[in-house]
Amino acid sequence: MVAFLIRRVVGMVLVLIAVSFITYLIFIKIPGGDPAQRLAGRTATHANIESIRIKLGLNHPFIVQWFDMVKSLLSGTLVSYFNGGTNVVDQIKQGLPATFSLCLGAGIIWLFFGILVGVISAASAGRFSDRAITALALIGISLPVVWLGLVLRYLFAEGGWISSFPDGGYYPFTQNPWEWATHLILPWITLAVLFIGFYGRVLRSNILDTINEDFVRTAKAKGLSPRRIMTKHVLRASLIPIVTLFGLDFAAVLGGGAIITETVYSLQGVGYYAYQSIQAQDLPALMGVTLYGAAFIVVFSVLVDIAYAYLDPRIRLT
Amino acid sequence: MSEPLLEVKDLSVSFATEDGTVRAVDGVSFGLERGKVLGIVGESGSGKSVTAMTLMGLTRGVNARFGGEVLYNGTNLLEVSDRAMQTYRGSELGMIFQDPMTSLNPVYRIGEQIVEAIRAHEKIGKAAARRRAIELLHQVGIPNPESRVDNFPHEFSGGMRQRAMIAIALSCNPSILIADEPTTALDVTIQAQIVDLISTLKDEFQSSVIFITHDLGVIAEIADEILVMYAGRVVEQGTKRDIFYDPQMPYTWGLLGSIPRLDRPRVKRLHTIKGMPPSLINPPEGCRFRPRCPHAFEKCAEEPVLESRVDAPGHLDRCWLTVDEKRARRDATISPTTEAA
Amino acid sequence: MSDTPLIEVRRVKKYFPIRAGILQREVARVHAVDDVSFAVHEGETLGLVGESGCGKSTLGRTIIRLYEPTAGEILFQGEHIEKLGRRRMRPLRREMQMVFQDPYASLNPRKRVGTIVSDPMRIHGLGDRASRKKQVEELLETVGLSPEHYNRFPHEFSGGQRQRIGLARALALRPKLIIADEPVSALDVSIQSQMLNLLEDLQDEFQLTYVFVAHDLGVVRHVSDRIAVMYLGKIVELAPADELYSRPIMPYTEALLSAVPIPDPDLAERRERIVLEGDVPSPINPPTGCRFHPRCRYATEICKTTEPPLVGYGNSHFAACHHPLNVGAATLATVGEPAPQQN
Repeated sequence: MVAFLIRRVVGMVLVLIAVSFITYLIFIKIPGGDPAQRLAGRTATHANIESIRIKLGLNHPFIVQWFDMVKSLLSGTLVSYFNGGTNVVDQIKQGLPATFSLCLGAGIIWLFFGILVGVISAASAGRFSDRAITALALIGISLPVVWLGLVLRYLFAEGGWISSFPDGGYYPFTQNPWEWATHLILPWITLAVLFIGFYGRVLRSNILDTINEDFVRTAKAKGLSPRRIMTKHVLRASLIPIVTLFGLDFAAVLGGGAIITETVYSLQGVGYYAYQSIQAQDLPALMGVTLYGAAFIVVFSVLVDIAYAYLDPRIRLT
Repeated sequence: MSEPLLEVKDLSVSFATEDGTVRAVDGVSFGLERGKVLGIVGESGSGKSVTAMTLMGLTRGVNARFGGEVLYNGTNLLEVSDRAMQTYRGSELGMIFQDPMTSLNPVYRIGEQIVEAIRAHEKIGKAAARRRAIELLHQVGIPNPESRVDNFPHEFSGGMRQRAMIAIALSCNPSILIADEPTTALDVTIQAQIVDLISTLKDEFQSSVIFITHDLGVIAEIADEILVMYAGRVVEQGTKRDIFYDPQMPYTWGLLGSIPRLDRPRVKRLHTIKGMPPSLINPPEGCRFRPRCPHAFEKCAEEPVLESRVDAPGHLDRCWLTVDEKRARRDATISPTTEAA
Repeated sequence: MSDTPLIEVRRVKKYFPIRAGILQREVARVHAVDDVSFAVHEGETLGLVGESGCGKSTLGRTIIRLYEPTAGEILFQGEHIEKLGRRRMRPLRREMQMVFQDPYASLNPRKRVGTIVSDPMRIHGLGDRASRKKQVEELLETVGLSPEHYNRFPHEFSGGQRQRIGLARALALRPKLIIADEPVSALDVSIQSQMLNLLEDLQDEFQLTYVFVAHDLGVVRHVSDRIAVMYLGKIVELAPADELYSRPIMPYTEALLSAVPIPDPDLAERRERIVLEGDVPSPINPPTGCRFHPRCRYATEICKTTEPPLVGYGNSHFAACHHPLNVGAATLATVGEPAPQQN
């Protein structure tokens, strides 16, 4: 176990280094991406641009720039190009409560309903309820998140058709839990719908495969009740791949991946910040957000592997 | 002659599929007495596994249709409710399957899986059930049962897994143990151990055994009575000696003749049965073996009846040839020194 | 038949590493094939028999370099091939082909039968499309299928038919050597005998040499001229087929033969069954000395410490045992074995 962890931690560090490098590289290569030019404005002279360039350290070799950026990130202050030089790390920290609240809530909802949907459609496989659920799941997967978000706002948010919920914006939990929740209900649903459909389909397919396994036949031969066979044998085996999926999907949204949902509902989370940085082509901010997201994915993938080994005794961690 | 424990009368099982109705079992009858071993021999598609699974009620489903009766202690298991069938499975009828690796749930320990089987039918505490599980593992010959009871299936070898399966099947003292190709996936030395084990345990637990296999050698060792199945039907039935020393059905001759045998000198060419087993959706008219039978004649176009044509009343077969004709042609087929008939 | 064996294997080893730890260092090895030597002559059939874990399949594949040997030499028609590079190996691959056990897994389900059988020819640049098609059709007929099957997919065939397709593919390049890895184990008895007869016919027609790997002793005796019995990576006995069965020398062979069920109830009852205790040990940590000693009923001290060499007992019969069975005092004297006879 220790050997496993050491190897994975080393791997993680290497991945993060590579991610930062590639992000940097991509950014440099984007046409029109010269920050000095954009900062200076349209009427800038060549000298102005050069002075800005020197100020930002853009005249140094590529490797040096990259190294400096990583160094400042690690020390906790990475200065953004724009917005008067705000600290990227602080900005990310400010976005955490919103992102966490959104993702934790949505995650619980989509896991619960995804499993429910999967079990019901597998149990009624081939019949009407299965087909209906499948259709709904496919619709859920196909709906563009931005469209769904806007439609839900239009229908259910304040000033909309059935004015039930506040229209966007994040309300901190510590201030008023009720407000916090009502502000998040629509975003939770928006984010969860896509995943519910997907997880439901995956689980359905796993269940239907597992039912035909030999060990389920043995369980029946022992005279176990259908309920016990389903819960202790079929579900236990079918849910293992869901654990892997969930681990990585959750990591992705937690890492600032719910960009669209956060933007549509004006939740000032990390995802929203990522959106803004892309628009502004703010390299330090982008670097910060990307590494933040990558860190989540990498850590969660190790956690998922550990969970998998716990759930399936045949797997040994190496 | 004691009362048969199990009586199967004219059992038929068919499945509705996209390509048509598959008549997997078509009119099978037999009886099983207490303490006896019934061997069912056949190749793939013969219906032997479907018969076994039907006895356990494992073929019940949307697409299955049943006919005939399966009388266990007077009750027709085909008509019993699903819930009631559940109580029979494991406690009165135990079953073991071909591949012990996939037949055990890989994420639960062996002990847990045995305890589960016991507690499904008996009101007994976990500790007591675990003690019984250890005792069962000991009875099936697993060394160090106290520690191995907590192993996972993948920590056991193939032979040991099959022993664990046997322990599970016998845990509630069933009257009948159904073994569906239990040794096919095992090495020959392990196979010998398992066959021995089943023989010994059947006496210890006083169970009857239905042993299904395609291996005639194994059947010769363990079975008292034998059913030979082909294309969903019983084509020959009798005691061990009847089948091996006076087989009446050309299919049985074919089976016996096409095995390379260690107790006889080598032959130049193996006897073969030409062609392939028939479709179960559109079986041939008349005798189902007719397309592959080198001895077929006009009468074979008419469905042969399963009856006793020899002196021994328990020896039944489905072949229109007279007994003398059979014996003459048979020796030409099975004898190792001549070419195939 | 020339004197040079078609294929000769000298002290071949194949180990698979087991890695663990931070740096994934090799902590143990699976000794799948452990110092095996034998030769097969043209036109002969050598049977390789043994139980799971004995290394017979691995050996079969290592001979034709589907696996790279960890050590040892392989000679094909007198030439060393164990270290040949890909290019030099290519033309030789035409001469050695393999037939596999699982007819359901060894054919690509997305390709048509015609493609499967003609691919080898295409890869080696033989003929053009038209001539290849004709050859394939002939091959299909030779193995007992119909030329019309050219355009069908594997799933449309039964197990026995698929095995025939696999054979046709193996024959496409007119190889000299075919390694048959349990070719009939997955087939029903009545189809099995058809297949075995076909293999024999093809051997005569195409002058093939077979290395026949199987666990079914009856089948192996039927097809083989000579048989090698393997246990935990080593050859423990090597003899002409009839000789092996009538006069097994190594106790493992004796136990193996005794375990094979005979389809004759009276005989089954009468014979003395030797039921081996325990399971086949792991090839990761094979027992010391003679690998069979933990399960051998004749084992003594020397068996635990010293590995018995494979020695000849006359009649091309070799065995590795300190206490050989069925061997008279006279033969023992010629072999020079000082150990007291036990049986």
